[in-house]
Amino acid sequence: MEYSILILITPFVLFLFLGLVGGKLKPNLAGIIGTLGMGFCSVLAYSIAYQYFFVIGKTADTWQSVIPFSFEWLRFTELLHIDLGILLDPISVMMLVVITTVSLMVHIYSLGYMHGEDGFQRYYAFLSLFSFSMLGLVVATNIFQMYIFWELVGVSSYSLIGFYYQKPSAVRASKKAFIVTRFADLGFLVGILILSYYTKTFDFAALTANNAELVTTSFAGGTFMGLSLVSWALALIFMGGAGKSAMFPLHIWLPDAMEGPTPVSALIHAATMVVAGVFLVARLFPVYIFGAPEVLTMIAYIGAFTALFAAVIAITQTDIKRVLAFSTISQIAYMMAALGVSGYGDHDGLGYMSSMFHLFTHAFFKALLFLGAGSVIHAVHSNEMKDMGGLHKYMKITSITFFIACLAIAGIPPFSGFFSKDEILAAAFHNQPLIFWTLWVVAGLTAFYMFRLYFGVFFNGKRDYHHKPHESGFTMALPLIILAVFSIFTGFIPFSEYISSDGKPFDMHIDMTVATLSVVAAIVGIAVAYVLYFKDSEKPAMLANRFKGLYTLSINKFYLDEVWLFVTKKVIFNCISRPIAWFDKQVIDGTMDNIANVTQKVSHRVRFLQSGHTQRYIAFFVMGAILIAIAVFIFV
Amino acid sequence: MNILSLFVLIPVLMILFLFLSKEMKTIRTIMVAGASALLAVTAVLIVVFLKERAANPDAEMLLVQSWTWYKPLNIAMTLGVDGISVVMIALSSIIVFTGVFSSWNMNMAKEFFLWYCLLTIGVFGFFITIDLFSMFMFYEVALIPMYLLIGLWGTGKKEYSAMKLTLMLMGGSAFLMIGIIGIYFASGATTFNLLEIANNLHIPIEQQRWIFPATFLGFGVLGALFPFHTWSPDGHAAAPTSVSMLHAGVLMKLGGYGCFRVAIYLMPEAAHELGWIFLILTGISVVYGAFSAVVQTDLKYINAYSSVSHCGLVLFAILMLNQTAMTGAVMQMLSHGLMTALFFALIGLIYGRTHTRDIREMGGLMKIMPFASVCYVIAGLASLGLPGLSGFVAEMTIFVGAFQNTGVFYTVLTIVACCSIVITAVYILRTVGKILYGPIQDTHHIGLPDAAWYEKVSAVGLIVAIVFMGFYPFGISNIISESVLPIITKLSTVI
Repeated sequence: MEYSILILITPFVLFLFLGLVGGKLKPNLAGIIGTLGMGFCSVLAYSIAYQYFFVIGKTADTWQSVIPFSFEWLRFTELLHIDLGILLDPISVMMLVVITTVSLMVHIYSLGYMHGEDGFQRYYAFLSLFSFSMLGLVVATNIFQMYIFWELVGVSSYSLIGFYYQKPSAVRASKKAFIVTRFADLGFLVGILILSYYTKTFDFAALTANNAELVTTSFAGGTFMGLSLVSWALALIFMGGAGKSAMFPLHIWLPDAMEGPTPVSALIHAATMVVAGVFLVARLFPVYIFGAPEVLTMIAYIGAFTALFAAVIAITQTDIKRVLAFSTISQIAYMMAALGVSGYGDHDGLGYMSSMFHLFTHAFFKALLFLGAGSVIHAVHSNEMKDMGGLHKYMKITSITFFIACLAIAGIPPFSGFFSKDEILAAAFHNQPLIFWTLWVVAGLTAFYMFRLYFGVFFNGKRDYHHKPHESGFTMALPLIILAVFSIFTGFIPFSEYISSDGKPFDMHIDMTVATLSVVAAIVGIAVAYVLYFKDSEKPAMLANRFKGLYTLSINKFYLDEVWLFVTKKVIFNCISRPIAWFDKQVIDGTMDNIANVTQKVSHRVRFLQSGHTQRYIAFFVMGAILIAIAVFIFV
Repeated sequence: MNILSLFVLIPVLMILFLFLSKEMKTIRTIMVAGASALLAVTAVLIVVFLKERAANPDAEMLLVQSWTWYKPLNIAMTLGVDGISVVMIALSSIIVFTGVFSSWNMNMAKEFFLWYCLLTIGVFGFFITIDLFSMFMFYEVALIPMYLLIGLWGTGKKEYSAMKLTLMLMGGSAFLMIGIIGIYFASGATTFNLLEIANNLHIPIEQQRWIFPATFLGFGVLGALFPFHTWSPDGHAAAPTSVSMLHAGVLMKLGGYGCFRVAIYLMPEAAHELGWIFLILTGISVVYGAFSAVVQTDLKYINAYSSVSHCGLVLFAILMLNQTAMTGAVMQMLSHGLMTALFFALIGLIYGRTHTRDIREMGGLMKIMPFASVCYVIAGLASLGLPGLSGFVAEMTIFVGAFQNTGVFYTVLTIVACCSIVITAVYILRTVGKILYGPIQDTHHIGLPDAAWYEKVSAVGLIVAIVFMGFYPFGISNIISESVLPIITKLSTVI
């Protein structure tokens, strides 16, 4: 399996090549080189997956972790050192498949979508950098390696959100994305520091071995503010995950990140990078469940709340990409909640398995939705739903593939989303009824807002278009079709055979009660959307008027962006930095200047003593002598 | 003859040749040749050092050689290096080299480079000597030219800034001199040699209690220790490009290096006892510098405050008194030196073309000067600690090291210092977003030329070093941590 290192080397070399000499190549050539390179990575990923799942992965009926490659990169102390390596286990191999597939689709799609853009070569260079970083993240053998690649995906995301760097909104969005996630990463870093201080290791295998024995035994039982230290460490690590995976209230960067080119949104902000947080918790799952189950419960509630919260906002958004962005937040929160309600081992680990399952299926249908949206935007040159409508007639392929993706995300059988979502709901149903019912409502809302979007864009009367919209070219249509096929069929994969919380395969089956409930919710959602949005009508406006308060809150995203602006502009800028700068200039520097001034003044005063007049010196001498004589006379 | 003496000899020769030269072309040739020679000697030194190291793994200092100057006062000049000084020498020669290219078109070039070479002598002399007297002498040699270089070739409030910088640093060296005399007499007035004092003599703890603060403060002023850092923003802002590079890149490291080599090495008991006071000050420096940088509008002020923050981290890590953190401190010196020099080189480049350093008056430079802008982004990313560049490895070594100290006090301080990674991101991205991205702010800037070849040499040279360190930290970190070990051993024996 040593060749698996190539999966990291290839995109990195591509990045260097395209970044350094790409500008001298013809744009198309650069794009094709990038795409071929990614194609090679996909082939590698599939062959690794085959090797792992069908040849070497399973011994004694348990999936093993394989480390084909690892070396020490930086040594801190005897025990703590950062290694860079490749860890293959079911979830990392699954992620390799997801990342390379979606990335390849996006590479192909961008050949058409980004055609003629300024900086085409730069775009492909950053796509390669992103793919490299994301692949490095999922195969990390230790938590510090993950942190390294975690930062790297952050910076690639920053560069790609700000791809149109002359557009002020894009620059703002990229800055916001980086700073919000950096803030979350601070938590991650401190969490790593605490965890490694007690366990003396960064290594995932050592941390999770034997039901996370190391973690449960090494923490000395200290507490801080009512929570044990291990809970603090894990909660802080989760904070990093919450930043990347856009959990409330750190989700605010994701909708703005839609300023980037649409294929980038599909790759980074829908399918891969934003699930890094889920992946992180899954990677450390035994540590969470045995070390700090209360943190896991917290994760479940945060997940459920975020799912609902984002779904409510998605209902009223009018920018097609923002609807999808909130939908992404909501779906990732679903996965988080699933991890949160999960138990460990065999069928208790259903939540864990279903979370990974949903991550897998979601990646394909959400990438498809974004690429479909890109195709629409490409045709009508606008992101706003009000500029769209009746497009089904003009863009058959886009419309049909988009429809498939909507069915998948809504959870209609037999599309892939149904299976994974059903397992999540089943896991919640048996563990935390409150979370189950929240997620159930979200399922209905999801179906509603997705079909609101679908009907609104592809049906809903006719618009007068200046240019007649037309179907996108082959390079853009092909990825849509391939992803549609994935969205239909990936649900049939017997996931629990491959992925489970303890590495041992178990049987999963569809829970009929839950399945019925979820399908009913989805159908109701679709039906309502059909009534309201299939034809142009006054009904949505009336409803909006009726629930004015909620509507205003939702369309303004509960004013969290304003809170963010308040915190950055008012608190950090005006209340902390400005006073500090003033203090520095006036008080500290002022003191230094004053010392100099006083010295100067004093020397001015005493200057006349050194006048050079002999008479004066003699006068001083005589006076001094007399004074001393008097003093001697008095005191002695 | 000792290879180390070449580091002083080459700049002396450069000065001689400069005296004889008249034309700009000859001056440039001399400078480039001399700076390249220094780089080459550095490369040889690294090889020689590694060989010697393998031969005598137990020796604290290698290539030691001593000449007596004045027997009655036991003044001698003693050369010697360990891994830390080798790293610092490498940093200095890289920056001297790139600095020459960044001051390609200077007025009164001959005089400028004369002082520049003198500064170089001071810097190298400080790093290659291991006796207090010569160290102090070279330290002063490095400070004095600064006054003229800023006062004559600077911009803006140059006389005020030059005066302020010199006076504050001189104030620091007054403390230092008292400290050094104190060390000499407290250790029995037999030698100035660091190794002998550290290994064979002992300074009584009562004496250490006042000598340690004096020396730490003396060096700390140069290392921009809060609240004695205010010379740095004004000084850097007024200084010409290559002087800023050399000053922030190398001279400020003299402070950290001195604290480490003199204050802590010779007075370990006092370091244990009084370190916490300075630790608080450095903790403040880290966060305070970063927050101050957020609101600055002058590019050089932003970078100067960012230096306060990053150099604060150096002293912070040194005072953590453990091997990992101290290794991190030296790595941070190296990393900060490289990236701040890159920043100043690029700021000089931009200022030379736009004639402004105010970020509110610039915008969209990426479109106008793509090369310089990309380099600026790389410098920014290094500064905010992106993995693969030098800042990350240094900061992480410091944080992990600092966190190994037990006690709530250390833990809290480390977490506070960690916060700087977020604030750094804020001011770096703010600057980059304002000046490089967005629409073009000033139409006069359209058509300004991108970096010239000599500026490219300077920027690329520094970036290569930054990337090298970011990708190959284990080599550097091993050399450093081996050399930190004697100090750590000494520290642990006194508790």
